[in-house]
Amino acid sequence: MSEASPAKAYALHLGVIALLFVLSFLLPEYYHGLLARIMVLAVFAMGYNMLFGYVGLLSLGHAMLFAAGLYGAGLAVIQLGWSVPLAFLGGIACGAVLALVIGLLALRTTGVAFMIVTMMFAQVFYLLILYFAAWTGGDQGMVVPQPARVLSFGTTSLELTNPTVRYLTALGLFSIVLLVKLAMVRSRYGRVLVAIRENEERTKMLGYDTFSNKLAAVVISGTICAASGAAYALLFGYVGSSFASVQYSILPLLWVLLGGAATTLGPLIGTLFMYYVIDITSGYTSAYLLIVGIALILLVLFFPKGILGSIRQRWLGWLP
Amino acid sequence: MMPLLTTKGLSRNFGGLRAIDNVDFALMPGEIRAVIGPNGAGKTTFVSLVSGRIQPSAGMIVFDGADITNLPAYVRVRRGIAYTFQLTSVYANLSVYANVALPAQLTLRHGSHSKSAIQAAVMSALERTGLADRAHMPAGQLSYGHQRLLEVAMGLALKPRLLILDEPTQGLADSEIDNFITLAREIAKNATVLLIEHNMPVVMQLADRITVFNAGKILAEGTPEAIRGNVAVQEAYLGTAP
Repeated sequence: MSEASPAKAYALHLGVIALLFVLSFLLPEYYHGLLARIMVLAVFAMGYNMLFGYVGLLSLGHAMLFAAGLYGAGLAVIQLGWSVPLAFLGGIACGAVLALVIGLLALRTTGVAFMIVTMMFAQVFYLLILYFAAWTGGDQGMVVPQPARVLSFGTTSLELTNPTVRYLTALGLFSIVLLVKLAMVRSRYGRVLVAIRENEERTKMLGYDTFSNKLAAVVISGTICAASGAAYALLFGYVGSSFASVQYSILPLLWVLLGGAATTLGPLIGTLFMYYVIDITSGYTSAYLLIVGIALILLVLFFPKGILGSIRQRWLGWLP
Repeated sequence: MMPLLTTKGLSRNFGGLRAIDNVDFALMPGEIRAVIGPNGAGKTTFVSLVSGRIQPSAGMIVFDGADITNLPAYVRVRRGIAYTFQLTSVYANLSVYANVALPAQLTLRHGSHSKSAIQAAVMSALERTGLADRAHMPAGQLSYGHQRLLEVAMGLALKPRLLILDEPTQGLADSEIDNFITLAREIAKNATVLLIEHNMPVVMQLADRITVFNAGKILAEGTPEAIRGNVAVQEAYLGTAP
C-alpha cells in the first residue's frame, strides 16, 4: 500500500518471472513438470488471495470456481470438440458467471455465514458433477485426449503435451495474472478493497458502494481461479471431480496463509513450499501429512502473517 | 434562501423507544449549527438518520431540494453529506496518507484522475488539519487527538457541502480544542457544519444557532444567547427547580 517504490516492486516481480523462465532450462525433468503444475495452482491461490487477502472474505467454496474452469474447458474440448483457445475462454467464462451468481447470493452474509454459504454451494456443485456422470465422468473424471491438446496458428502448431511448451504456457498465464494483480493492488480499486477489509462501515460513509465493490472482487477472483482450472485441464489433460471437493477449497486457503495473505508473491511461495514439503517428506515416511501438519502449526504459531507477510513486516515494508 | 437540509416528521423507534420523535428541522446553507442535549436525547440518532447510517421509521429528509429519505448512505456521501464518527474509526493499519486518499480519489472521480491531483487533494486536507508532517505514519500510531483530526481531514477530502461532526472535541486537550475551533471556522467558509458537541464553551464560540434535543424532540432552537437564557433548556440539563 505504500506510495513509494513502484519501480522496485515491478523489478522484483519481473525478476521472479525471469528466474522461473531460466529454471525451465535448468531443472531436471521431474521438477520441471512439478513446477509447471505449481505455477498453474499458484494462479488458483492468487485468485483466492484476491478475495481473502485483500477484501478479507474467507470463502470455503473456491473449489467450485477452479472446477468451473476445469470442467468448462474440459467438457468444451471433449464433448463439443472446441479448439484449445476457445475452450480456455469458455472455462473462464463459466467461472466468471458462476462467481457472479454465487456472489450475489453469498455476499448477503458475512463472516462465518459467508464461509458456510460458499461451502454449501461448492458441495452442491461437487454433487452435480457426480450426478451428471454421463457427461462429466462422475468420480472417475475424464482424460482430455492428447490430439485435442494442440494450439494451432495456421500451419504451425504447439503441442501442450510437450514439457517445455507446457511449462512456458503455465509461466505465461502465471506472469499475466501476477502483473495484473500487482497493478490492481496498487490501483485505486485495490485501495478501496483494503479499506473494506479494514473497516467496511467507515468505507460506506466515505461514499463507496461496498456491496458492488465486493461483488466485483468475487467475480475477478472467480475469473482468475477458473483460468487456473481451465489451464490445468488443457495442460495436464485430466478433469476430475476431486478438484471440486472441499479439499480443493481448503488448499488455496492454506497456500495463501503459508505464503502470506495480501502479498502478491505469497501465493506462489505458499504453493511451492507446500508442494516441496510434501514431496520431500513423502520420500522418508508414509506419515508425511503428520509432518506437513506440524510444519503448518509451527508456521501459524511463529509466522502468523505467512512467509512473505512476516518478511514484509520485519524487513521489507515496501513489498506489495 | 432555501434550506440546505430539512426534515419533516422524522421519527425513529428502537423497539418501544421513540429515539427520534416527529422532528421538523431546517438548516440554512453556510451556517454552523450545534446540536446539544442531555445524554440519550437522540442527537447521534438524528445525525445517523441524516447521513443514512440508519433508516427512519417515519418522516422525510430533503437535502438541497431533493428527497433523500430512501437513498443509501454512500449515495448521500456522494451528494455532499460527510459524517465523521463519534468513536474514532480511522483505518489504523493504513498510513495517514492512505486514509485521506480514499475519500480524495472518490471526490476526484469525475475530474482529474492523475496521481498528482489526488496527492494535491490529500496534502491540502492534511495541511488544513496540521497532519501534513505525519502523512506516512500508520494512522493507528497517531495520538488520540490527531486521530480525531484525521477523521476531520477525511471528511474534508470529500469536499462536502454538509459536514457532520459528532463530538469532535471529545478527549482533546485544551490547546487542541483551540486549534479545532480555528479549523471549524475555516471549514465553515465553504461548507455547512452540523456539530454535536458537549463542550459548552466550544458550542458558544462556534455556533451561529443551537438546536436543543430532549427525549427525541426538539426542545428549543435559537442563537447561543437565547439558548443560554432559555429556562426549559436549563431544566432539561439541570432538572426542575424544587
